[in-house]
Amino acid sequence: MLSRVAERVYWMSRYLERVESAARLVAVYSELLLDLPEEAQLDWSLPLEILGMGDGYQQSPKDETELSFMLTSPNNVASILSSLNYARENARTTRDIVPSEAWRTVNELHLYAARNLPTVARRPGSKVALEIVGRCHEITGILEGTMSHGPAYQFVRLGRSLERADMTSRIIDVAATIMIANREELERNDSTIWRAVLRALSAYQMYRQYVRRRILAEDVVVFLLKDKDFPRSITHCVNVLDDALSNLPRAEATAEAMQQVRSCVADVAVEKLEHDTLHQFVDDLQLDLGTLHGVIYETWLNPMRAAQ
Amino acid sequence: MAARASAQASGWQLPDGNNNERLRNKNIKQNQKSASTRNITIDWDNYDPGNAYDDIIGPDGKPRPAAGELAKRLGALSPKDLKDRQVAAEKAIVETGITFTVYSEGQNIDRAWPFDIVPRTLDKDEWMNTEAGLKQRLRALNHFIDDVYHDQRIVKDGRFPREILESSKNFLPACVGANPAHKVWANICGTDLVRDKDGTIYVLEDNLRVPSGVSYMLENRSITKQVFPELFSRQKILPVDDYPAELFNMLVSLSPRPGDDPEVVVLTPGIYNSAYFEHSYLARRMGAELVEGNDLVVGDDDCVYMRAIEGLVRVDVIYSRINATFLDPEVFEKDSMLGVPGLIRSWRAGNVAIANAPGTGVADDKVVYIFVPDMIRYYLDEEPILANVPTYQCADPKSLGFVLENLEELVVKPANESGGYGMLVGPQSTLKERTEFKEVVKNNPRNYVAQPVITLSTVPTVVNRKLEPRHVDLRPFILQGDSLYVTPGGLTRVALRRGSLVVNSSQGGGSKDTWVVG
Repeated sequence: MLSRVAERVYWMSRYLERVESAARLVAVYSELLLDLPEEAQLDWSLPLEILGMGDGYQQSPKDETELSFMLTSPNNVASILSSLNYARENARTTRDIVPSEAWRTVNELHLYAARNLPTVARRPGSKVALEIVGRCHEITGILEGTMSHGPAYQFVRLGRSLERADMTSRIIDVAATIMIANREELERNDSTIWRAVLRALSAYQMYRQYVRRRILAEDVVVFLLKDKDFPRSITHCVNVLDDALSNLPRAEATAEAMQQVRSCVADVAVEKLEHDTLHQFVDDLQLDLGTLHGVIYETWLNPMRAAQ
Repeated sequence: MAARASAQASGWQLPDGNNNERLRNKNIKQNQKSASTRNITIDWDNYDPGNAYDDIIGPDGKPRPAAGELAKRLGALSPKDLKDRQVAAEKAIVETGITFTVYSEGQNIDRAWPFDIVPRTLDKDEWMNTEAGLKQRLRALNHFIDDVYHDQRIVKDGRFPREILESSKNFLPACVGANPAHKVWANICGTDLVRDKDGTIYVLEDNLRVPSGVSYMLENRSITKQVFPELFSRQKILPVDDYPAELFNMLVSLSPRPGDDPEVVVLTPGIYNSAYFEHSYLARRMGAELVEGNDLVVGDDDCVYMRAIEGLVRVDVIYSRINATFLDPEVFEKDSMLGVPGLIRSWRAGNVAIANAPGTGVADDKVVYIFVPDMIRYYLDEEPILANVPTYQCADPKSLGFVLENLEELVVKPANESGGYGMLVGPQSTLKERTEFKEVVKNNPRNYVAQPVITLSTVPTVVNRKLEPRHVDLRPFILQGDSLYVTPGGLTRVALRRGSLVVNSSQGGGSKDTWVVG
């Protein structure tokens, strides 16, 4: 399988996961705003931070709101619409490998988003975002059900899992940051924040099933870090990465970076985590995930690899 | 409007395929040839090919022997049946995604392949003779090309003018002395054949660089099997489906490494190329990897490798759909982003085979064409089975004089263009066009050749809900590796405008399935 093709399949998957996460975040956050009392003073800068767009927004032209920057801005390479553009372009140029149904659905999703996201920027609400999440689920299902689970599909899993682990870590991180910043004001709303965190990862229902206690910060963090079964937990994502890598040729090259990620997650003593050490842990984890991505890129995807 | 209302009144279904808004893939547009909602009538009494030879209907108004079953079947179909089948064919083409690109259309990347359901039939005995002629021709051409890049005996023996080689744009000095497998340079040739009014088949030209169209030949057959399945059991129509296997076998025979499993790749300029559909189609049907220039790299060992997830994988044979001058920026066009630096080095060292070999274009020239019958005599010591169209070289002053005097009756073409561009069709030109063209030719006579107008043969074609005669040509494909293979029939291209002789798809031509009936 050509590196150029593997690269496109990997990025298509990463971008689609990015779109799904961002859309879910927008949906949850829109509803959250309705629940919180006015004094809580949360605005769209929070999801912006989660998605790592804070600095980008500072440097962009000021006629854009935070929400529109996140959703549709052409000045933002990670806006939902930009990400969808890239996903679509990658799907289009891998039509020989990826099921045609997936291409058609990605193409239609792109049209839908281009038509409907601008209204969301003006009047926030969750309906469009939820529709986008739903269509992303459809694409995931099409790939899982109709694409051969050969090397190309492993790159789909790698892209998705790395993006997912990254996203979960960001959400945990920002939640922890809020706690540090607004300790007194938010004590009453502690569980609200964490409930929102769980919802942002579609984890609320599963959490309630598996952790039958009040929503407490530590329990949520443990669930999102260590639960083997929940698909968006970091440990689960790491296990998927491991499995996908084991199905690829020359995977030994990634052994070290994978081990680094595993230890980072396994060794953390969650009971002892304070909000600031949690932040440090997430930083380390994101660095390790970044390193792993780099190794994956060099081993399989780099289209400009030199000859020996 | 009125016709539609009456259609609904009598309960006819308006077929889905006509309604462009409902086509799922909005990028594929149907061409103008799309059947209307009304039925297709055959009026043989008023079917008049004029003085052209019609491949289906003889001069007595009766079907030719090879077309007997076809004509019977066509006659038995109701006008509605015919319409339904044309619509079904167009729908199948859109849904299968059979497309091509027209450069002048700006935004539009894909157009649906224009296909006419009435096949063109050929008699088998006549075809076997044609096939022998095509093989003979390619063998001679390959001798010529190999000679030209080695000792140039044909020039030394005075049988081919040196000036023509020296002024040829496609003679590539970097290829001198190279030794492709089996001494065969042109592995794939698309030779255009035409039939004149008296029924004689002539060779119009040999396309040796990157001839295309074979995938459409295959898809035309596939669509026709869906549209007229009953005809395939009632008579013996030679199958064309072997082509991808034959192509693959030929490519394998070129491999520099002995063994059973050589790595064969199809090298494409990419998705924006007008023939990309074909590159992708053939790669898929052969089970070969479809690569672009950037996917390949030449190592310090002068071998070619593919950048794959398995690491660097050695490549043995490249079926190149990139023009030779873009293949290697080390040697040819320095700005080319399509090629692979060092590829020619690897090829000359014998570490990779390229089909067609670079340098083959020297024989893809309308002036060189004139000498092909003589090449057959010189290299093979045989008489040519197939004739050239009589051709005048404007480089020769006497011929130039004749051509300029008789422009109205001749077709004048540039020696090196393809796609039917830059030519003048005398009988269909205006005085102003001829005056301007005379200056163009006088400025660069070596670049022009002229031929008498051949009244191409005609085949019944669906036009405005009737069957009307339209001019066709034929492009069979000939393969040469360690042996020769010719596609039975080939791609029939049809000029859709009445009286037009220009069949190229890039200028609005259509195509038909071709049957060699035994």
